[in-house]
Amino acid sequence: MNLTLKIWRQKGPQDKGQMVEYKVTDISEHMSFLEMMDVLNESLVAKDEVPIAFDHDCREGICGMCSLHINGEPHGPDRGITTCQLHMRTFKDGDTIYIEPWRAKAFPVIKDLVVDRMAFERIQQAGGYISVNTSGNTQDANAIPISKYNADLSMDAAACIGCGACVASCKNSSAMLFVAAKVSQFALLPQGKVEAKDRVLNMVAQMDLEGFGNCTNTGACEVECPKSISLENIARMNREYLKASII
Amino acid sequence: MSEILSSSIARKVAMALSALFLIIFLLIHLAVNLTSLFSADVFNQASHFMGTNPLIQFAMQPILIFGVVFHFVMGFVLELKNKKSRNVKYVNYNGAANASWMSRNMAISGGVILIFIVIHFLDFWIPELNTKYVLGDMSGMHGGEFRYFEELQHKFMSPVKVGVYVIAFILLALHLAHGFQSAFQSMGFNNKYTKFVKNLGTIYSIVIPLGFIIIALYHYFIQINH
Amino acid sequence: MTTLNSRIPEGPIKDKWTLYKDHIDLVNPANKRNIDIIVVGTGLAGGSAAATLAELGYNVKAFAYQDSPRRAHSIAAQGGINAAKNYMGDGDSNYRLFYDTVKGGDYRSREANVHRLAEVSGAIIDQCVAQGVPFARDYGGLLDNRSFGGVLVSRTFYAKGQTGQQLLLGCYSAMNRQIARGKIEMFNRHEMLDVVKIDGKARGIIARDLITGEIERHSAHAVVIATGGYGNVYFLSTNAMGSNATAAWKIHKKGAYFANPCFTQIHPTCIPRSGDYQSKLTLMSESLRNDGRIWVPKKIEDAKAIQQGNLKPTAIVEEDRDYFLERRYPAYGNLVPRDVASRAAKERCDAGHGVNATGEAVYLDFAAAINRYGSTKAKISGNQNPSKEEIITLGEAVIEEKYGNLFQMYEKIIDENPYKTPMMIYPATHYTMGGVWVDYNLMTTVPGLYCIGEANFSDHGANRLGASALMQGLADGYFVLPYTIGDYLADDIRTGKIPTDSPEFDEVEKSVKDQLDFFINNEGTHSVDYFHKKLGLVMWNKVGMARNEKGLKEAIKEIQDIRKDFWKNVKVPGDLNEMNPELEKAGRVADFLELGELFAKDALEREESCGGHFREEHITEDGEAKRDDKNFAYVAAWEYTGKPSEAILHKEELEFKDIELKTRSYK
Repeated sequence: MNLTLKIWRQKGPQDKGQMVEYKVTDISEHMSFLEMMDVLNESLVAKDEVPIAFDHDCREGICGMCSLHINGEPHGPDRGITTCQLHMRTFKDGDTIYIEPWRAKAFPVIKDLVVDRMAFERIQQAGGYISVNTSGNTQDANAIPISKYNADLSMDAAACIGCGACVASCKNSSAMLFVAAKVSQFALLPQGKVEAKDRVLNMVAQMDLEGFGNCTNTGACEVECPKSISLENIARMNREYLKASII
Repeated sequence: MSEILSSSIARKVAMALSALFLIIFLLIHLAVNLTSLFSADVFNQASHFMGTNPLIQFAMQPILIFGVVFHFVMGFVLELKNKKSRNVKYVNYNGAANASWMSRNMAISGGVILIFIVIHFLDFWIPELNTKYVLGDMSGMHGGEFRYFEELQHKFMSPVKVGVYVIAFILLALHLAHGFQSAFQSMGFNNKYTKFVKNLGTIYSIVIPLGFIIIALYHYFIQINH
Repeated sequence: MTTLNSRIPEGPIKDKWTLYKDHIDLVNPANKRNIDIIVVGTGLAGGSAAATLAELGYNVKAFAYQDSPRRAHSIAAQGGINAAKNYMGDGDSNYRLFYDTVKGGDYRSREANVHRLAEVSGAIIDQCVAQGVPFARDYGGLLDNRSFGGVLVSRTFYAKGQTGQQLLLGCYSAMNRQIARGKIEMFNRHEMLDVVKIDGKARGIIARDLITGEIERHSAHAVVIATGGYGNVYFLSTNAMGSNATAAWKIHKKGAYFANPCFTQIHPTCIPRSGDYQSKLTLMSESLRNDGRIWVPKKIEDAKAIQQGNLKPTAIVEEDRDYFLERRYPAYGNLVPRDVASRAAKERCDAGHGVNATGEAVYLDFAAAINRYGSTKAKISGNQNPSKEEIITLGEAVIEEKYGNLFQMYEKIIDENPYKTPMMIYPATHYTMGGVWVDYNLMTTVPGLYCIGEANFSDHGANRLGASALMQGLADGYFVLPYTIGDYLADDIRTGKIPTDSPEFDEVEKSVKDQLDFFINNEGTHSVDYFHKKLGLVMWNKVGMARNEKGLKEAIKEIQDIRKDFWKNVKVPGDLNEMNPELEKAGRVADFLELGELFAKDALEREESCGGHFREEHITEDGEAKRDDKNFAYVAAWEYTGKPSEAILHKEELEFKDIELKTRSYK
């Protein structure tokens, strides 16, 4: 199929960017979206133009690197997938596709479609861990039984790949789903309870400092999340936060 | 105050608490107004009680005003901050793909409701205060009868007024349709009862505004038929 | 020829590690803060090492080419992690894990290393649980285990189908704690481009900031390389797009020997290639072979019709199907080990029986399993005369419960419903057992230069068992390297900070800059990917699943030609001082073009069939792999002398004192 692409080009963090139109031809419907981008880039190299920079790595939906805002939605129109898992059969011959980087004040553009997600790193560093040394002398793994129900919920929260689609989809650029996923994972496990109070207070404080917006419970993040992380996690974080700040 | 309300979650919770308070207020307000459909007397008595009871006038009323003002001010403060957190806008943003219109436009529905409330203040509340506390007429009487029912009917004579009223309450319905369950979510309530809360919210968001609209239309139509 | 000193401690195998730990030199806590360590790569091995070294008190500088350590390709591991916990009470022990790993590796790994791996395996699980890794649990709240190929016990711990992700996030959280304490300085979006040696010791690296393009000098008292495998030498593999061998290859060129490059694992159950635009291959869990039957059409004309899209697989009757694994290996059937299954599929496809448009795919059919499960389910629920449709509906539900997520993933990629029509699979490069040679301390042949995780060669021999890669990465990083590196660093407590303005740094930085300048200024004609794809094709066709002398010799020649062409005609657009993905790729492919040749040379030299290395000349009468323990029970460690073709072979003879060498048979 033949497609018209409108892609955000921006040379560097300080430069002004703009949408640039490209045409691609003979795109197979079996291609993944990023393979279509590869084809475009190869053609740009052939024409001595600078190829379009975009983040990608594992190309199987788990590393969380890929981050394209496609036709108005993060990771495109399909559900429960990342950009690299999106296939061209989702589109029709002759379609115009808008491709933009994640947009948020806390995610400044580095180049073209690549954004800086260091804000997420700093939030994790503020408390996204359990303080235990790797001495090899921790207690036996089975010393504390954990209910399967809670362990499974914890796993569901931990499935977050940190791609930032929640922020990108949210009309407020809120990072609550991302932060809530980590807070929830640990809040549901006995090992995480010891530091639960400091963790939630510090992570939320860092989140606010980074300039993310506030949650208005639109639920867009849950819909766009490639791992379908539930909004319940945000409620759990709110609860944890209230507990930590009131008691 | 500003210290407590500096964090994003605290602000959310404050929004939710003020919302729940207003939700309860709406229910009482509707209950009182509904009596006007059945009996002018009951309505008059209820109105007189609400208008003169010191507990309601000097305790509940200031709290209500504070609640209303807080909910609006905080709502707009958050909206501004949220807008600023995306400094470069998307060229193509398909918000409808993943969230409902109501949830994305609480500021718009809220804004319309605010305009209505301002009108309501000018139209009802300020004259009321003037009568009671400036002129000192606490009797609630006008021409030997309770004035409340008559004043109510008077307000629903103009089709324009009724139209504005109806539109405001449709926006209120949309606001509540998202706001009701959102308030619970913000306070950390999301569990197996959430489905029930959501359904309750949907029912509430339809029944309450519909009740107000019916009252307005009822009084409008019985008056033009006279 | 020099002999390699593998520094295996004395004593019985069970006690080696304990005795070793009791007698090594230690660095006191006050001195640790005067010592810097560079860790390159932050997957399971590098991440766990960085976190642990920082906890111990060293100053760690960690480097990742992605924007976060959480994105390293360890994250893609699905199945699980082995540990000899014996929670199931099925007779597991450290010895059994050790034995299975050595045997599974076709007796080409170092006994002492593997035993140590088995010894620390239990502590990994304890550590991860303490870190909040949400492993799967049973209804009693205790950890659940599953079984994996090639072993007789259930010792695999898992977290849904995302075990690698959860373990990596555990490690990442441990790193975050140290970053917050200031003990790890994290360099995201940085790529190491060379190592700096001073007086023969590794003392620093040259790295490029991938955002600004700036070339940076970083010094340390020791350098740890944990940059993963070199599977992308094939262009198409299950590795991430950015996975590369540059760090490993650059240290090889600076004196670290490279061991057994020809030992590469080809995984049988990957989603086949659909066209020339394909950028990578996706793995599907091996567990599918428990219920799927693998077949191709018996008649070549049927295969042709399917390839052209004129025939549906479901239209082929039972007699016309060739269940080739069941035919060749009646005892193990569809459950033969990875290397055997992969070769058998390739053999059928090479004979023209392949099934998708490319002719490179075989069917993995669940119809029989659906029928079997459906009938049983119907019987259990009291339906004595179920209709065909009822059986299928019930059977599909069982299959969905077991493999639902995999089927869904398949359908997303291929756009065919695998419940109704057989899946198509084909082998793909998945893991590299070979890598930088290290001694028992995980130190390379360059003092102060360490190599851990998939990047080294140590524990898997010629073939890796499922769920062992995660175990090795974390064992190296959490529990082995932190001890062994101290033994070396104990001599460095008085050295002081290593300056970066020395001539050694100048020289290496200049060579790095020269290469980058060359790429940008070269007036080439073809993109980097053009050369990478060409290399991949040669590697896959001639140094892939089955190799022979003629093909390998041709491959060496062809790779040399591609390399020559590359250095003449490669075209890299953009600038040096900006984010430039093409420039990054160019450097990586330049290294693959050398590594590929050494790979073929090693494969040519190893005149036996063993694990992932299959030489067509060395087969038994019935076409199976024939190992030669008499002549090839050694590690081939290659020393770089200027060209891959002139690399010098050093042999580390492997001694098997605790395990008897046996032939693997799956008939």
